[in-house]
Formats: sequence, structure tokens, C-alpha cells
Amino acid sequence: MKSTLLKSGIDRLTTIIKIPSFNFPTNPFRFLRKGTVENDRPLALSPFKAMVRKEITDHITNWRFIILFAIITLACLGTLFSTLSDGMKVLVNDNSENNFFFLNLFTKSDGTLPPYFVFVGFLGPLFGISLGFDAISSEQNRGTLSRILAQPVPRDSILNAKFLAGIIVISLMLFTLSFLVMGAGLIAIGIPPTAEEFMRIIVYTILSIVYVSFWLNLSILFSVRFRQPATSALSGIAVWLFFTIFYPMIANLIIKGYEPSQFASPKAIYFYQKLKFYLVQIMPNELFDEITSAILVPSVRSLGPLTMEQMQGAIPSSLPLGQSILLVWPQFTGLIALTLLCFLLSYVLFMKREIRSR
Amino acid sequence: MAEKSIEIIGLTKRYGEHVAVDNLTLSVEKGEIFGLLGPNGAGKSTTILMLLGLTEIDSGSVKVCGIDSSRYPLEVKRKVGYLPEDVGFYNDYTGMQNLLYVARLNNIPMEEAQKTALETLAEVGLEEAKDKKVAGYSRGMRQRLGLADVLIKKPEVIILDEPTLGLDPEGVKKFLQLIVDLSRKKGITVLFSSHHLHQVQQLCDRVGIFVKGKLLAEGKISSLAEQLFSKNAHTLEGAVAETEETSLSLKELARKMEQMEGVAQVEMRDKRFVIASKKDMSVPISRLVVNSGYGLHSLSKKEYGLDDIYHQYFQEEKQI
Repeated sequence: MKSTLLKSGIDRLTTIIKIPSFNFPTNPFRFLRKGTVENDRPLALSPFKAMVRKEITDHITNWRFIILFAIITLACLGTLFSTLSDGMKVLVNDNSENNFFFLNLFTKSDGTLPPYFVFVGFLGPLFGISLGFDAISSEQNRGTLSRILAQPVPRDSILNAKFLAGIIVISLMLFTLSFLVMGAGLIAIGIPPTAEEFMRIIVYTILSIVYVSFWLNLSILFSVRFRQPATSALSGIAVWLFFTIFYPMIANLIIKGYEPSQFASPKAIYFYQKLKFYLVQIMPNELFDEITSAILVPSVRSLGPLTMEQMQGAIPSSLPLGQSILLVWPQFTGLIALTLLCFLLSYVLFMKREIRSR
Repeated sequence: MAEKSIEIIGLTKRYGEHVAVDNLTLSVEKGEIFGLLGPNGAGKSTTILMLLGLTEIDSGSVKVCGIDSSRYPLEVKRKVGYLPEDVGFYNDYTGMQNLLYVARLNNIPMEEAQKTALETLAEVGLEEAKDKKVAGYSRGMRQRLGLADVLIKKPEVIILDEPTLGLDPEGVKKFLQLIVDLSRKKGITVLFSSHHLHQVQQLCDRVGIFVKGKLLAEGKISSLAEQLFSKNAHTLEGAVAETEETSLSLKELARKMEQMEGVAQVEMRDKRFVIASKKDMSVPISRLVVNSGYGLHSLSKKEYGLDDIYHQYFQEEKQI
């Protein structure tokens, strides 16, 4: 009696559960296409999904992508091995200070090669730029853009598909690399990462995806603006160089002008420190560096200037992950804002544009 | 009155000071092949872009299949196949893959898309090249693939923007024949833009002549000639030779020709003459020439093609 009741209950449950599970995967992007319900055919692959799929295929079969991926992978593995070969000592030595020696795999090196995070910070922008710099202009130059726009797809879905495909490819790559480094470290050291370390690495990877997608968006913006792919690639690289080389120099000049004397009031010194801090905050690479250091080095407790009063009574220990995330929240918001700004601009430019063939 | 596929009323488009399309009113009936003829930069492509809702309209209204294309471009694009000027394909994909991608963008289910793609490829004669990468296609093959690309969504209206550009004469002939056949067989309305007069003449039921954003004349080609050459629609060209029996000087002959009824103008130059007249004068003219003792070397009636309509217009424009 009991078992039959249970059985019928389970049957009923499965029938209830089955209904949504049958409906869901056939058309997950349905909500994107309002007003076309009457044209929906049951087996149809939604156009947007087809576009994203095509973009991803294009990316990963592209030589440009393969070469860059190979370079980044080699660089990261090279770092890893140089860290591990003589780094055991380094790792163990650092162990005395904190418990997060698994994170050292990402941040420390023996000096022959820069550590992993430097490579990601340095090559990530290049990767983002290379994925996006000819996104729209190549379609236009090949004459495919007007052909695609003559199909019943909203114009913005072209831009969205390019962006989404780029992000998927970037995520794929960065997660692969992170897990590769983790796995290799696991084999070499033999100690598994703690849950906190693992979470930190995941958060770091997600934030680096945001960082690279900023550069992706910037280069998509340039590809909308400039018809020559070379021009747009160069503009992307120029912005990158400006932020990594020239802007710090300019900022330094400005800061030097405000440098207080030894006997200046604390207020002046505080102002000077604040200026120094805020001047570099509009640089995406600086934002990312701060994010990296706060997430991967748990003992970092502040990114801006700290006064002695604020330091008083602080326990010299590492921050929990939640606090570290809270610490970089402004930086993270800044990166997202810059990304959205680029996206918005390319949106405005693209939606207003008249598309002629070639 | 038959159902209208394309209806344009008072359409205007400006680029800054330049008026690209000026108060255009035009309608194309269902199943008709309409030729939009005009020199480069006349505003043909702009008009087509506005038909598809790809560019904004300054004033006026455009309806395709009864749908306002400035407000519901997606609905229009679902019913209209557009072959842009100098169409491009993804070169790394095969012809078949290019077609399937477009089919997917039109939300055609995969199995059906595959079937339709094969059918359309057969129709345009690209069955054998379907698994070849588009990079290896010739110009003619690309155009035919473009046509297949337009047909795969089973459109009600096809818009072709300079589709014969860069094809060799044989290719043009085949391509045009293909369009006519398809249109007749499936009852598809075709809007065809070109600056090639003879192609339009061969292909289209009706023609609109489009110059500087204005529709100059519209109608069947024969009636166009009458519209534009109302005064002297016939031209005779000929040459005479002096014989022993010649009784008149050339000047006198020319005067006699001019005095004949219906002749508007005679131009005599060095034994050659050109006569413009309201009706066909070949018989009386030849009789006159022979009667006055001249030998008739040649006499040819000039048919008015679009060429002359074109030139005529430009002449008029210069005079203004």
C-alpha cells in the first residue's frame, strides 16, 4: 500500500518534472525574439544562437587565435615550470608568512620569467584586441554584412553575437589556463588547494575575463568605427600602449608637481597620496593589477593610501575572500563600466550606420 | 487592379544638402519584373536600402507586401530577398554552408533547410560546386550563389541591385534568363536595378528611369519611347550616291525631303542624311531619292532603345 502510493507519487513527480525539461532546451533564446511567436517552428535553431555558434567556430579555427593561444599557453607553462623547478624553497619559505602557498603559483616566480598573473595582465589585452579588431569591418569588407542584414535578424544581434562569442572563447581560454596551472601545481606539490584558494583562483579568473572582455569591446568599437582592420588593430594597440607606458609617465609628471615637502601638513600629504591613487584609477590595466593583487594576495588589506589611525589595532592576518572581493569592488565596477561604455559607443555607432555593400 | 508588392509614396532621402531620392512615387505589382534604370549615383541603391528598412527615411512612406518597412523592417526582411551589389560570402565556408547559415538566420529548421538548400542550388546550377569553398568560386558562380541565397527563404519579392555587374555577356544572359524563369514559375515580384540598358530591356515588364533621385518616366519600354520622343519618334539614316541621271543638287533634295508631310528635320551632310519624322517615312523617302535620280546606298530605320532614351534625356538636361 505504502509502496504503491510512493510509486504513484514518484510517477506524478516525474510527469511534472518532465514537462519543463522537454520544453526548455529546444529554444533557450526564445525570449530574445519577441513578436515572432507565430513563426516559431519547434525544431528551429534560433538565429542568434546560430550566429554565436558561427562566430565561435570562426574564432577557434582561426590561425590568429591558435597562435595567440599557443603563445599564452607556452608562456604560462614556462612560468609554472620555472616556478616549480626551484620554487619549492620559495613556496615553503613563504609558507611561514601565510597559508596560501597554492596562490604563490600564480604570483611568485624565481625571476627568470615573470609570474603567471603578469602574463595574463600583459597578453590578455593583446588577446582581446586580436579577437575583436576586425569583427565588424571584415564583414563589411567581405560584403557579407549587407547580406546578413537583409535577413530577418535585428541589427544589434550581430554585435551581441560577436561580443558573446568573444567572451565565451576568452572564458574558455582563461579557465583552461587556470586549471592547467592548478593541475600542474597539484601534481608537483602534492598538496591540494584549500577551498578558499580554489575560490580565489576562480574569482581571479572571472575578473580577468572581465578585463579581457574590456579590450575585446574596445577593439569591437574600433572595428565599427574604422573600415580598415589594420587601422582598428593599431588603434587598439595604441590605446593599450598608451595606458601601459605613456599614461603612467604623464601621471608621474602631474604627481611630481604636487609633491609635498618633508614638512608639509598631513593634510597635504594625504591629498598628495589620494591624487596619486586616483590619477591611475582610470587605467584599465591598473584596475586589473589592483584586482589581481587583492584577490591573489590575501594579506593585501587596502589598495589606496591608509592613515596610521586606520592601521591601528589591525590584526596582521589575511583577509577572507569576501573582504578581498569587497576591497576590489570599486575596481571591478570601474572595469565593468569601461566595458559597458565601449559597448554602448559601438552600439550607437553601429545602429545609426547606413550599411552599404562594400 | 492587381495586388501591389511594392508601394512607394513621396519618398525622400537627403544626405546633408544632397538630395539622393527626391519625392519618389512608384508601385510594382505582384509577379511583375520591374527594372530600375539609372546612371551611377542616381539613388537606386538608396531607394533599395529604404525598401528594406536598412536606412532611415526622411519623408514619405514605403510599403512592401503591405508592410511599412521603416516601422517593421524585420517583417519585411522575412518576405524580401535582397541581393546586394557585389555580394560577399564567407570564403572559408562552402557554398552549401553559406546557404545553410542564411537559412538558419531565417529560422528554417535544419532538415528543411538542407532540403531547400539542395533544391535551390540545383535551380541555379551549382549542385556540383556545393561542397567547394566559396573562395574558389568564379564571379558568375558567386552571383548564382547569391541568387540561391535570396531564394532559400522563399521570398515573395526579390530585389537585385546591379546583379549583372562584372559578368561576361554569356553569364549575363544565363543569369537574366534564370531570373525570368524563376519569377514566372513562382510568381515572385522582381525589382531589378541596373545601368545596363539592354539587360533591362530584355528582362523587364516595366521600367522606371531614375535620374538624380527623380523618376523621370515609368512604363513599358515602348510607351517610354513615346513619352520621351513625342515629337519625332522615328529616325531614318541613309546615304545617297550621284548617278548620271541626277537632276537635283543635294541641297534641293534635302529641301524636298523637308517639305514632305510628317518630316520634322533633315540633316544632310556629304551625301548622308538623317531624317527625324513623326511616322515611318522609309517608303516615301526612298521613292523620292530614286525619282530624283540618285542611287540609294543605304537606308536604315533606327529603333529607339533605352540607349537613346538615356541620351535624349541627357541632351535635354544640358539644354536646360
